[in-house]
Amino acid sequence: MVARFLTLKLTLMGNTFRKSVWQTIGMIVASLYALGVVGMLLAGVVALGFLGDPGWAGLAITLGGALAVLGWWIIPIFAFGVDATLDPQRFTTFAIPRRTLLTGLAVAGLVSVPGIATVLLAIGASFAWLTEPGVLLVSIVGAVLGIATCVLGSRAITTVLAPVLESRRYREVVAIVALVLIVMIGPLVSWLSNGVEVTVGSGSETSTGAQLLPLFEQVAGVVGWTPFGAAWSLGSMAHDGDWVGLVGRLAVALGTVGLTWLIWDRALGRALVSPPAGGGGESKAKGLGAFGRVPASPTWAVAARTATYWLRDPRYSGSIAVVPLLPVIMYFAGQSTGSFFMLLATGPFVGWILGFSISNDIGYDNTAFALHVSSGVDGRTDRWGRAIPMLVAGPLVTAATVLASVWVADSWHLTLPLLGLGLGSLLVSTGVSCAVSARLVYPVAKPGESPLKSPQGAAMATIVSQGIGFIVTVGLALPVFAVGIAAIVVGGLLWGIATLVVGLLYGTLILVLAVRFGARVYDRRLPELLQQVQSFP
Amino acid sequence: MSGSTATLGAMTTPAHPSPPGVPGAPAPDQRPHDPSAALSVRELWKRFGQKIAVSGVDLDVPAGSFYGLVGPNGAGKTTMLSMATGLLRPDFGAAWVHGVDLWAQPDQAKATLGVLPDGVRLFDRLTGRQLLTYAGMLRGMDKETVVDRTNDLLKAFDLGADADKFVVDYSAGMTKKIALGSAMIHAPRTLVLDEPFEAVDPVSAANIRDILKSYVAGGGTVIVSSHVMDLVQRMCDHVAVMAAGHVLAAGTVDEVRGEQSLEDRFVDLVGGRQHSEGLSWLRGS
Repeated sequence: MVARFLTLKLTLMGNTFRKSVWQTIGMIVASLYALGVVGMLLAGVVALGFLGDPGWAGLAITLGGALAVLGWWIIPIFAFGVDATLDPQRFTTFAIPRRTLLTGLAVAGLVSVPGIATVLLAIGASFAWLTEPGVLLVSIVGAVLGIATCVLGSRAITTVLAPVLESRRYREVVAIVALVLIVMIGPLVSWLSNGVEVTVGSGSETSTGAQLLPLFEQVAGVVGWTPFGAAWSLGSMAHDGDWVGLVGRLAVALGTVGLTWLIWDRALGRALVSPPAGGGGESKAKGLGAFGRVPASPTWAVAARTATYWLRDPRYSGSIAVVPLLPVIMYFAGQSTGSFFMLLATGPFVGWILGFSISNDIGYDNTAFALHVSSGVDGRTDRWGRAIPMLVAGPLVTAATVLASVWVADSWHLTLPLLGLGLGSLLVSTGVSCAVSARLVYPVAKPGESPLKSPQGAAMATIVSQGIGFIVTVGLALPVFAVGIAAIVVGGLLWGIATLVVGLLYGTLILVLAVRFGARVYDRRLPELLQQVQSFP
Repeated sequence: MSGSTATLGAMTTPAHPSPPGVPGAPAPDQRPHDPSAALSVRELWKRFGQKIAVSGVDLDVPAGSFYGLVGPNGAGKTTMLSMATGLLRPDFGAAWVHGVDLWAQPDQAKATLGVLPDGVRLFDRLTGRQLLTYAGMLRGMDKETVVDRTNDLLKAFDLGADADKFVVDYSAGMTKKIALGSAMIHAPRTLVLDEPFEAVDPVSAANIRDILKSYVAGGGTVIVSSHVMDLVQRMCDHVAVMAAGHVLAAGTVDEVRGEQSLEDRFVDLVGGRQHSEGLSWLRGS
């Protein structure tokens, strides 16, 4: 039975290869990448075991293993729906004993790029103890327990949380939180490394590694007693000859595996008899919302709908949530160089990215776009309607960003040129988006899917279309840039005013022309646009 | 290839009845479209890759008729209706809506059409009320009328209690009903409905049928595609049978079915019934 689950999973994997060449290439690249990372890590750990202090290898295995467990447990909560090939719900109608189902799903869970990488890494790292066969054996047992902890824990958590994960409201909130977290990784890392550098630097200058060793040892000592690290630390316990610690940690590791198995078993038993309720979140919105506040015309109807989606569809609201973080990221990015250039560039950058964010609107509509086609919405209506919310909110956000950045950098003399640059790039990129999105539509996460999930095989179309949009925007915005840079270099009020005026007037001109162009393209290819979104995977 | 559908129809049905406006005999050249018809298509062709989905379809839907379009899965019904409503550009052929060339003057033609496409999403982050309002405003209606008609539609489709819920949280049947509502809010002269009764509960289906009947009685034209023969026989006055991209028979329901029930006639035309012993081992002991 377990073998059958394995073949099923392998067949499913094989079928994805057959589906498209790009997917196959993506899979191969991912596998090679994983293999490379595994190889490098293994080489590092084993070299530590042989050449350096085996204690270091033990530390690395314990801490790395604990991180792996953490990843296995946490990531599925955020990356919902990314891999549901063996959703237990699909096996409800088959009479499979639950124990068999559990074992089958657990083993099949390892058949994936991260699964195989974990197995290789866990078993391989044990060979750091090759010189001590007894320790090697203990370490391999620990690795097996560690892998079990990864898989069982991840399955237990997703199954227990499944009722929550299935509610639309939760998915939306989590999707936005995940997006924000991912964007913040860079600044967090730089902030943390700054902190570590400071603490290390405050001591003596010699051999920071030796200084960090006690710190790592302390951490590993604690982590080794937790469910995350217990299994992985067995090897180093045996190496140190700490038999009490070994038995104690073995108990923790076995307990973890047993407990996660039990929890998963219970949760799955419950899930199998209570299929997903569907719906769940009873969210309501009173009245007409934006539709009640706009004048009665097709253009304003499109604008009201677009604005509503900006706030209500996590694929849009996710990107809104990221915009206020951009200055923060730029601040940290610039901190290492000690100049405020990056921070000051944020205003124009925000303007550009806001306009850019509507460059695949029809792709985001997906087949709901059929309503526009069957209603005979013409290009001018559709294009302006989608641009209006951006033209209302965009300038405010851009101006606020510019003001915040000059305030932090204390460069008030740059306010006018930066405003001109920001508004100019907002207008130009909004216009280019309106034109490009009528011609180049590419697949994105479907309505209701996680914004983090990008459809497989769409990478090429995305890169080409975004690249063209970017090049055209930069090209068309050159006059604004030229005046703006001159203003910053030369300085003076007059140049500042000139930048603002050029940004506004020239930007508006480009916007009007680009929207007109986009509308013509839209009118000409209306049914083709619909067919394109209908053909999305 | 002109006239191939009629040839096919004539081959399978020697006494092939002709709907008004379509000569029964295959004509060498393209027959002129019927300007009085609510929908008139000539020589519609569409190919997707290797598969020819619709091959040379001629069809006239008389104004004021309740027209059923039936056919097995993959017969080309949806493709044909998409090309007849401006959602899909035909490889060849033309469609006229009340005498207006749809592909030459799409805006004018679409204004008189209400379309319920099959298998497309809705703007489901809007509430039911907002979606109907949106559909109405897109048609350029003034606000007062939109609000009134939205309320009427919500009441007629029994969605009043769920008007402020998001469409994404609707059941399949409710989604179908709200989509139907957005197709008719602008009071079109012709309604083209692809599988309108799918997933709709019997009570709502009966209500929808009543609404459609009184709409036809008031001079409107309805075209529905369906798998349910029984429903088409009871509800429609005209019917066309499609299979493998061709129209096999078209006319009033009585003309098409003759002495048989529509379902038997359909099976005769389309073929594919298995006359075997069935599954010998499938027995509830």
